[in-house]
Amino acid sequence: MTTIQSVAGEIEQHPDVALVERVRAGDISAYDTLVRKYERQIFRIAQHITQNREDAEDVMQDAFLKAYEKLEQFQGNSKFYTWLVRITVNESLMRLRKRRTGKMVSIDEDLETEEGTVPRDLADWAPDPEQNYTQTELGRILEKTIKGLPPGFRVVFELRDVQGLSTEDTAEALGLSVPAVKSRLLRARLQLRERLSRYFRQKKGAKGAASKKSAHTEAGSEQ
Amino acid sequence: MTCTEFLALLDDLIDDTIPAETRAELEQHLHDCDHCEVVFNTTRQTIQIYRSHELFDLPSTLRDRLHAAIMARCKKGC
Repeated sequence: MTTIQSVAGEIEQHPDVALVERVRAGDISAYDTLVRKYERQIFRIAQHITQNREDAEDVMQDAFLKAYEKLEQFQGNSKFYTWLVRITVNESLMRLRKRRTGKMVSIDEDLETEEGTVPRDLADWAPDPEQNYTQTELGRILEKTIKGLPPGFRVVFELRDVQGLSTEDTAEALGLSVPAVKSRLLRARLQLRERLSRYFRQKKGAKGAASKKSAHTEAGSEQ
Repeated sequence: MTCTEFLALLDDLIDDTIPAETRAELEQHLHDCDHCEVVFNTTRQTIQIYRSHELFDLPSTLRDRLHAAIMARCKKGC
């Protein structure tokens, strides 16, 4: 997402820095701009972790309020959004801990799952597999599928692949090491792929699965 | 290149962060291995599908309500 990635070189100031400076100088309308810019992403992150709409609403409000209160502590050496995500993750985990008293909830434990390292379902997908479902059905499938992943995987996938943060920014936002982010991203991608294959795989009798030839001519065109 | 070696570099291939010479090796493996080609293509599709169907979107009425609540609380904290 272009709002997060700095397009210019390091010397150029990120537009958020100027907004933060204005808020610090007492201009609350600049904070209104920051909230509007990031509220949808923050809500999604809170949803991914809490898996509960009401909690996500509360977390979103608390995270923006906390960020506002702590703005003096924000160091310009990290991006405002990265800092905000970190607050959101902490607020989300606190909310979960309140709900499940006594049960530890963490984003940084290295979850060992059997799934996600060696692909098993190797059937190719139908062409344009999304076309076989309505938008509502597809939305349900995608939600159900990602909910099956551990929270630490869901958030890494959301930040890296959906919101487009760099690996380094994702690591900073989640308080993880870069190798941990990379490892989770690979496992998240493979687990989602495997789970979506149940819905999208080519039906038997349709044209040959995994037929060689130009299937990967688009390789590398992404991004 | 083995399938395990290919898998270890799958993310870099998807993210296009691979040096040209390694990329050539990976593409050769993709050309020769049906399984890895399926994994590569369907993993890329997985990412594209999630990118183009944003989950948990905020309906505008809820968004406005939450936005107003946040700003009201911030102003109170001034």
